Amino acid sequence: MYYQPEIETMARKDLCSLQGERLKRLASYVYERIPFYRKAFDGAGVSPDDIKGLEDITRLPFTVKQDLRDAYPFEMFAVPNAEVVRIHASSGTTGNATVVGYTSQDLENWADCFARFLVAAGGSADSIVQVAYGYGLFTGGLGAHQGGEALGCTVIPLSSGNTRRQIQLMHDFASDILCCTPSYALHIAESAREEGFDPAKDFKVSAAILGAEPCSEGMRREIEEKLGARVHDIYGLSEVMGPGVACECGCQQGLHVCEDHFIVEVVDPETLNPVADGQWGEAVFTTLTKQASPLIRYRTRDITRIIEGACACGRTFRRIDRIAGRTDDMLIIRGVNVFPSQIEEVITQFTDITAQYQIILTSKGPLDRVELQVETVADFPFDEVRRLEALKKEISRELKSNLQVAIDVKIVEPKTIARSEGKAKRIVDLREGRQG
Amino acid sequence: MISQLTVFLENHKGRLAGVCRSIADAGINMSALLLADTEDFGVLRVFCDRPEAAASTLRDEGFRASVTSVLGVQVPNRSGGLADLLEFLDKEGVNVEYAYCFSISADFALNALKVSDGAVERRLAEAGWRLVTDEEIHGLG
Ligand SMILES: [Zn+2]
Repeated sequence: MYYQPEIETMARKDLCSLQGERLKRLASYVYERIPFYRKAFDGAGVSPDDIKGLEDITRLPFTVKQDLRDAYPFEMFAVPNAEVVRIHASSGTTGNATVVGYTSQDLENWADCFARFLVAAGGSADSIVQVAYGYGLFTGGLGAHQGGEALGCTVIPLSSGNTRRQIQLMHDFASDILCCTPSYALHIAESAREEGFDPAKDFKVSAAILGAEPCSEGMRREIEEKLGARVHDIYGLSEVMGPGVACECGCQQGLHVCEDHFIVEVVDPETLNPVADGQWGEAVFTTLTKQASPLIRYRTRDITRIIEGACACGRTFRRIDRIAGRTDDMLIIRGVNVFPSQIEEVITQFTDITAQYQIILTSKGPLDRVELQVETVADFPFDEVRRLEALKKEISRELKSNLQVAIDVKIVEPKTIARSEGKAKRIVDLREGRQG
Repeated sequence: MISQLTVFLENHKGRLAGVCRSIADAGINMSALLLADTEDFGVLRVFCDRPEAAASTLRDEGFRASVTSVLGVQVPNRSGGLADLLEFLDKEGVNVEYAYCFSISADFALNALKVSDGAVERRLAEAGWRLVTDEEIHGLG
């Protein structure tokens, strides 16, 4: 089932030419309307006339979050305030907030994007959608709300908080789809159990569309089990639009990007060159249809990769992998980009070691040396040196094949790895010229 | 079978001394000690009285320690004594994970072996091998 089948299953060729057309128009649009982009294009030596198709996107300059902060509040708007019908903003904990405007057409497109994924999650006009995202400047609440209305669902605008009430109404109204953050979904499920409900039996909810926070595969399975509902990971940051830029279909094998409205690129965060499909890098989005706050090649700092091949669901939109971390966490080891989450993924495959680990980076002459310290589980037969050596080798081999970097594995005594309150310090960088 | 105290150690200065001190402070007597070490870690194997108490004391102090069952076999203190034993185990289809050997008197040596199949103990006894008990070992100290 699709919400807009003619778009969601469009032939790749047609989709690419649609993107090319829209990109061409966008280049002129921002050049004429936003002084920041006129300056940026001129600085990069590119004119809107140089953009003839999709492949010319790499000639365009990037946009970073600081550019949006510097434009506070409305400098980046491409339309007069008379045409702006809504404002959202991200929190300004470090500097100015980033402010995003929407025209009524922008809101309509956003609602359509979200509605597509409600349908992908099994929703229809008959569905009751419980929105437990916060409403306000944050895009989650209203994003899910208007998506539900566009599809013709019955929307319950509960916003976040008041968990008892969430549980009560989820039961009494027989909600079909829950929209909120993964941590809140888990909290609702656990609280419901404490109150004596068995969500799988007592609630009708069959799908949860969760976003705005990273969610590991382990956490997803936990929510699915405790809530008795399928979890769909949704992606979208307010700068780009809000939730609905990309989302998982029923296959749960990556998030389909709404490519009629956005171009996604994955670039190496150091060189800024696009990486090959399947390689991890920073997600970069260009908005193709936004009128009020269009963006050219916006660097998200989110790490993902393009998932190659077609999806079994029939949608032709390309998929990105679930966000593996932030570029700020990235390590460059002997020229290879490594994300702690990739190492963690390998570690969790080994049941003989605990989830505690630490990565120690040192310089060995001109080369970086990486040591991964792990602890065996308590009942590992550590009296046999051979077993310990074999375990080390196996972890090493798995890391090498996943990360393309040689890592020395060291098995350490329990509690060697410092457990600080809250988050353990996973990475110790002792390389010259770096801060630990 | 005899009880061997096993401790995992990182190759850090003072760790071995730390283990010995903890055991001594707990009033436990060691009769034999062997350290198998590799580039970055070591495995310490100890015979002592009250091995379970020793393991628990060490665990409380943050060491990875456990008690492992190993085969204890007495062999004559002459050349070929150990070879005979290993050949017997080989014939029985039993793998030896590790083995070590020390003299307990002018006449006899003690072989401690971690084997893949502990049931071989009975067959050894039937074949006339002299098996050592926990009490005998711990009496050595
Ligand atoms: Zn799909």
